[in-house]
Amino acid sequence: MPKAYLPVLIYAVLVMAFPAVTLVFAKLLRPDSTSYGPKLQPYECGIAPEGHARGRYSVRFYIIAMLFVVFDVETMFLFPWAILYRGWVMAHLGLFALISMFVFLGILLIGYVWLYKKGALEWA
Amino acid sequence: MQAVTQATMEFMKEYRTPLICGFVIVAVLPLIVGYVVLVERKIMADMQARLGPMRVGPHGLLQPIADAVKLLIKEDIIPDDADKLVFWLAPVLSVGAALLAIAGLAIGPAFQIAQGINIGILFVVGVSAMGIFGIVLGGWASNSHYSLIGALRSSAQLVSYETAAGMALVCGLLFAGTLNITSIVQAQYDQGIWFGLLAPVAFFVYLVASIAETNRAPFDLPEAESELVAGYMTEFSGFRWSLYFLAEYTNMIVVASVATTLFLGGWLRPFPRTHWLTWKSTGMDFFDFLPALLMVVVGAYCLARTPKQPVRVQQLFMLAVAGMCFAAAAVLAAPVIVPFVKPSLAAAVKPLYEGIHGGFWFICKVGLYIYFFMWVRFTLPRYRFDQLMRLGWHFLIPLSIINVLLIGIAMIIGSYYHLNGWWLLLATIPASIIALIIALFILALEQKGQPQKAAGAAPDSYA
Repeated sequence: MPKAYLPVLIYAVLVMAFPAVTLVFAKLLRPDSTSYGPKLQPYECGIAPEGHARGRYSVRFYIIAMLFVVFDVETMFLFPWAILYRGWVMAHLGLFALISMFVFLGILLIGYVWLYKKGALEWA
Repeated sequence: MQAVTQATMEFMKEYRTPLICGFVIVAVLPLIVGYVVLVERKIMADMQARLGPMRVGPHGLLQPIADAVKLLIKEDIIPDDADKLVFWLAPVLSVGAALLAIAGLAIGPAFQIAQGINIGILFVVGVSAMGIFGIVLGGWASNSHYSLIGALRSSAQLVSYETAAGMALVCGLLFAGTLNITSIVQAQYDQGIWFGLLAPVAFFVYLVASIAETNRAPFDLPEAESELVAGYMTEFSGFRWSLYFLAEYTNMIVVASVATTLFLGGWLRPFPRTHWLTWKSTGMDFFDFLPALLMVVVGAYCLARTPKQPVRVQQLFMLAVAGMCFAAAAVLAAPVIVPFVKPSLAAAVKPLYEGIHGGFWFICKVGLYIYFFMWVRFTLPRYRFDQLMRLGWHFLIPLSIINVLLIGIAMIIGSYYHLNGWWLLLATIPASIIALIIALFILALEQKGQPQKAAGAAPDSYA
C-alpha cells in the first residue's frame, strides 16, 4: 500500500517546488525594493499603527477550537462506520449498526444541548 | 550508472500516468485559475450590467496573463516588524496544501495522480484543510491587527464548518461504502443514481459549508474589505499575494470536485444507467451524443451572432469561438460515431470515449458548482461574524447530525423493502422531508431565542 503513495510524494515535491521557483523567479525579475520608513509599517488605514499586533485576542476563538476537537473527532469516528454501514444493511444487520451509532451520537447530542444551554455556542 | 538509468526507466514506465498528470496540473492550474478569475469578473460585470475587462486582448481574454506579468514584476514589500521566514513560508504552505489536495481527485477514470489510495476523499479533505496553516501563519507573521484578526476569523470559520461538511460527506459515504474516489463514482454507476439526489439535505449542507470553508462571499469575513482591508492578505503584495489568491481559487476547485465526485456522480453522465434511446449494436445512448450536440448548438449560436458584432475584431473573435466549439464537438463526437462506422474499432475507442466524455462531464459539473459560488457571491450580502458562527453551530451541525441518522434509517427501510437505485428515493425522500421540517423547526427556535440587542450596545471589537 505505501507504494501507492509514491506518486503523491513526487507530486508533493513538485507542488512545493512550484511556489518556491516562482517566488525566486519573481525576485530575479522585479526591481529591488527601495521602500523605507512609513511604507514598511503595517497598514492601518493611513495612520501610525497602534501598538504591537501580536497581543491578546478574544477567548472565544479558543472555545471554538476546543469544541471543534470534540466534534471533529466525532466525525472521524463516523467515517469508518459509514463505510461499513452499507455492508451491514445488505446483510440485514443494519439496525444493530444504527443503534450503536445512535448511542454514540446521542451522548454527543446531550453534550451539544448542554453547550447550547450554557451559551458556549453563542458568539456575542 | 547503467543500473541507475534502468531503475529510472522502470520507475518512469510504472508511474508514467501520475507523473504526467502531476506536471500537467502544476503547469496548467495557475492558468486555469487566472481564467476562472476572468470568468468571475465577466459574470460579475454581466450581473451588474457592465462589460467587465475589455481592454487587454479581445473581450479582455488576455487579462489574466497581463495580471500575472504585473504581479511578477511588482515591488515586494515585507513590513519591518514581520517575521521574515514565516512571511516567506506562509503563502507557499497555503498554495502547496491546495495544490496537493488535487492529487486525490480524479477528473476522469484514468486522470488521477494518487490512483488506488484507499482513503481518497479523506486525503483530499485532510490535505486541503492544511491550507489554513498558511493563512494563520501569514496573518501572524505580518504583525498587523487586520491580518491577525482575519487569520483568526478564517481559522474559526474553517473549524466551525469542517464538522458540518464532514457529516455531509458521511451521508454520501453511507451510500458509497468506500472512500476511494474511483469506487465512489463506480458505486453511483452501479446504483444508477447520483448520491446528491438520494441525500439532498447533505448536499445542501456541504454546499453551504464549502462556501464558508473557502472563505467566499457571503462568508468572506476573513477578507472582508469593509472591515479588515484585505484580512490576512493585507500586508502581502506582488507574487506572495497572488499565491494566496491561487490557493483560494484552487481550494474552490477542490471543494467543487469533492462535491461533484460524491454528490453529482463524478465523471458519469446524467442518468448513468438509464437507456432511453440506445442503439443496440454499439451500446451508445442518446445521452452520449448530448455533449457534442451541446457544443454544436453553442457554436451555431456564436455563428449566428457574428454579423451583429459592431467591430471587425469582435466578429473574428466570435468566429474563433464558434470554430473552437465545432472542434470540441468533433472531438466529443468522434468516439461515439466511430463504433457506428467501424464496429471493429469499438473496443479500441472505448477508453478514449471514457476519458473524453468523463472529462467533459466532470468539468461541466465542477464549472456549474463554481458558477453557483459566483452567483451566490454577487447576490447575497455579507454575514456578520456572530451570524456566521450561529449558522454553523446552531443550524448546520445539528441538522447534519440528524440527517446522518435519518439517512441511516432510510437505508434500513430500503433494504427491508428491497429498494434499489431510483426506487431508494421512496425511502430517502421522506427522510429528507423530515430533515427539512427539523431544519425549519431549528430556525424557528433560533428566531425565538435570538437575544434582542439593545440599541447602542458595544460591538465586540475582536469578532
